[in-house]
Order: sequence, then structure tokens, then C-alpha cells
Amino acid sequence: MLYAILCYHDEDVVGAWTKEEDEAVLAKRARTTDRLAAQGKLGPVARLMPTTAAVTVRSGDEPLVLDGPFAETKEQLLGFYLIDCASLDEAIGAAREMGHGESGAFEVRPVRLFRAGTAKLEALEA
Amino acid sequence: MSELAWIDAALKSARPQALGALLRYFRDLDRAEEAFQEACLRALKHWPVNGPPRDPAAWLILVGRNVALDDVRKRARTTELADEALVSDLGDAEADLAERLDSSHYRDDLLRLLFICCHPELPAVQQIALALRIVSGLTVPEIARAFLVGDSAMEQRITRAKRRVQAAQLPYETPGAVERAERLGTVATMLYLLFNEGYSASGGTAHIRRHLCEEAIRLARLLLKLFPSEPEIMGLLALMLLQHARAAARLDEGGAIILLEEQDRTCWNRDAIAEGLNLMEKAIRHRRPGAYQLQAAIAGVHAQAPRPQDTDWAAIDQLYAALETLQPSPVVTLNRAVAVAKLAGPEAALAMMAPLAKPLAGYFHFFGVQGWLYLQLGRKDEARAAFDRAISLAHTPAEAAHIRQHLDRLAEDSRAAG
Repeated sequence: MLYAILCYHDEDVVGAWTKEEDEAVLAKRARTTDRLAAQGKLGPVARLMPTTAAVTVRSGDEPLVLDGPFAETKEQLLGFYLIDCASLDEAIGAAREMGHGESGAFEVRPVRLFRAGTAKLEALEA
Repeated sequence: MSELAWIDAALKSARPQALGALLRYFRDLDRAEEAFQEACLRALKHWPVNGPPRDPAAWLILVGRNVALDDVRKRARTTELADEALVSDLGDAEADLAERLDSSHYRDDLLRLLFICCHPELPAVQQIALALRIVSGLTVPEIARAFLVGDSAMEQRITRAKRRVQAAQLPYETPGAVERAERLGTVATMLYLLFNEGYSASGGTAHIRRHLCEEAIRLARLLLKLFPSEPEIMGLLALMLLQHARAAARLDEGGAIILLEEQDRTCWNRDAIAEGLNLMEKAIRHRRPGAYQLQAAIAGVHAQAPRPQDTDWAAIDQLYAALETLQPSPVVTLNRAVAVAKLAGPEAALAMMAPLAKPLAGYFHFFGVQGWLYLQLGRKDEARAAFDRAISLAHTPAEAAHIRQHLDRLAEDSRAAG
């Protein structure tokens, strides 16, 4: 079974960390992720840009693009896509296209740091 | 990260919003600050035991308000005091308050708190000092170090500025749309001044200056969270991020300035550049250009050039031309002249600068650029004269040292020739 571990934290607090504090947290986590990587169990890892970098696309007949992160509480996070685009407009275009005629929303957030991981994802998919 | 450090960071990040709300309740800056201080003390006592609250700002607002109200009651010797238990278990009250304090309240509270620091009668430096004290919660000695003055002098300055602000009619009513936009513009200017105070190296150590830039970035980010659809606030934050991305490459070990062309671009902060460029993409979607967006776009062009010779000077020239139209200023034209020098040569740039000689007669960079252009044309005497003038107008030892290098080289050349 594939599992997604979603990271939640107060971004103001994390943003105020010094480089050393930030690295200390990552080093501590690396004890887990390095082990998983060695076992071929670590999939893609991503660190997102701050929420100020986000744009939200409200699905519908005419999908609506709003600045800022997804902030409603009545919907829940149900999945995510990782796409490689030349521009923010292209990424928003993809979200608009998918959201056409649907309800719900897509938050489009640039990825700050990405590692592909070591897991053989094709094998897991089958 | 230790518990105490976590609480410290949470208090710091909650301060602008909590203090802004307390100011709205008490309509008195001193009382709001006292209430916030007291709430912080209680947080240090309760959070390690009860765990961090869901919404630290809401917790601090509620506790700060209760503590101060108790204080009023105590002085009035009326009803029984609410005991510590009341504030120690906030549970639903905290959630209620968080609901009521929707983002529009937070938004105007924070804007008000920043706006009162921008009192038009206060000189820019005092506006910045006041904002650092009140909004950011920096200590007086920290601020004094940043401005290279003694603690007591800074204490006096801040006290005077505060009195000035208090005496003025503080704007407590909810602002209308036009007024809100005006306040936002005023506050954006102050934040940019704060950033520049750190960036332009007019005083203090590199470490302290970096701290000022980071504080300006933090506050601009907070502002953007509350006004997520304002392209100029996106532009402001983008501009700060793109400029600050070069911080590690801007000064050498001795503190001397390294020009953009000579900087080690591998030292530029790629995360900050990526974030700044992304914010620019967001801003451009609004099709409402402004001065911060244009300046950010210029910084973005530099940031995207892997080597100095890859710089798209035509784009920079066009962006400065747009900025000249939007916000005409001799300094903008001077900057454009640098792009023109790259595109059309030093003579074209000197011609463009000729009308600026009078308005920029006391401006360090005017003579720095002039000297640099004369040097390229081999007009050494004129170059020397321009650099002499520049050095007499330098604001910092780093600026003076940079011009000194040119003069020393000129002197060496003439010795070699003679």
C-alpha cells in the first residue's frame, strides 16, 4: 500500500527558523527517510513554497482563480497531482481544465524542493 | 527545537495580529502593549503545561483582554476577580473568538497597527524605529544597534514618536475601501524603507542589517496573507525576496561592496529567487502594473541571468522606461542610463544623464555611474573628478572603499604612464 504523509505546521514559526534549526529538523527526519530510502520504500518528497505563493482554482462551469491558499474548512484534502510546467499560468490552466464542470477546488502551489525518492513506483502501481 | 524556542517563535509570529486586536479593544497603545506582555507571560506559564493553543493569536488576544479587564476591575474594586483557571482553560472560548475574529478584522487590525507608525509628521527613520518596536517587538537596544545610536537616545526617540502617535487621532473606525487602499500604500512604503535600511548598509553590522531585511520580508508576507489579491503587495514581497536573495554575495569578507557583475551568482539564494519570480507571475495576472511590480521585474531579470553577460538589458531598459512613466524620478532615469550604457554604449548613457546633473548634484550613485562611464571612454581626468565627488558623498565606509579602488587604479595607471 502506498501512503502519503502530509506535513502540517505553523508556517510563520517554521519560516522563523534559522538555517541551523531547519537543518536540524531535516537531519532528525533523515533518520527515518534515509532508512526508508535504503529499503527502496521512499517515494517522492516535496517541500512546498509558502502559502503566499499559492493560487486556488474553484471548480465549476466557469472555474474561478483566486489568490492565496485553499482556506475553506468544509472540504477535505483528497489527493494531489505533481505537474511540471513552464509557468504558473500553465499550471493554473491545467487545474482549470480539470475543474471544469466539477465542484470543489484545486490549490496550485509551487514546489520548493523535490526529491524523486528510491521506491520503484511502477511496481507498486501494479 | 526546544519547547521554549517554539513558544518564543509562536509569540513573535502572533504579536502583530494580537497587538493589533488589543489596540482595537483598548484604543490605547500602552495599555495594549501591557496586556500583550502579560498575555505572553501567561503563555510561557501555561503552554508548556497545557500544550500550544490551536490559534496562538486568538489565545493571546482573549487572555490579554481578560487580564487587562481584571486589572480595571481591580482598580475599581468592584466585582470578584476572574481567577487563573478562567484563562488557563480556554477551550470553546478560544474557538469562539477565533471564529468571530475573521480575517477582515485581523486585516484591519494589523493594517492599523502598521499605519499608526507611519504618522506623516514622523521622519522615515522614526517611523521604521517605531514599527520595529511596536509591531515587530524588537528591543530598544536591538533597534539602537541597527541605527548606530546609543540605547538611551533610541529610547527617547521611540518614546517621543509614540507620544506623537498617541496624541494624533488614531484611526479606530473600520476603514472604507479607498481609505484602506491608501493605508496599504503608506504601509507598503514604510516596509520598503525598512527593507532598504537593511539593504543599503547605512549602518550596523551585516548581521543586524540582514535582520532588518528579514523583518521587512516577514511583515510584507503577513500583509500579503491579509490582502492576498493586491498585486502591488505581491510585487513588494517579490522585490524584497529577489534583492535579499543576493545578500550572501553582496559584501566580501572585509565588508566591501561587490557589484552585481562581480558577484558569485552561485551564492544567490535560489529558493528566494524562485519564490519572488512566482509572486511576479501571480501579480502580472492582475494586469495592474505598479512601481513595486516593475522594480521586482527588473530584479527578476538580473536574477535569471546565469552570468552577467546573459543579462537581458533590453528588457531592463523597457522596464525602467515603464517605471519612468509611472513614477518619474531622476534616480529611475539614472538607473535606466546604466541599461542604456550596456545597450548603446557609454556616450548615449552620459547624454541621458546630462539633465540629471542638477537634481542629483548630491547623489553618490550619480557620480559613481558617471565615473564608471568616463572610465570606459578613457576620459580619465573626468572619471577622477566624478569619483572624487562620489567619495565625498558616500554614506558608508563600504561605498567609499569601493570608489577608492577606482581612484587607486587610476593613480596607478597614471604613475605607470608617467
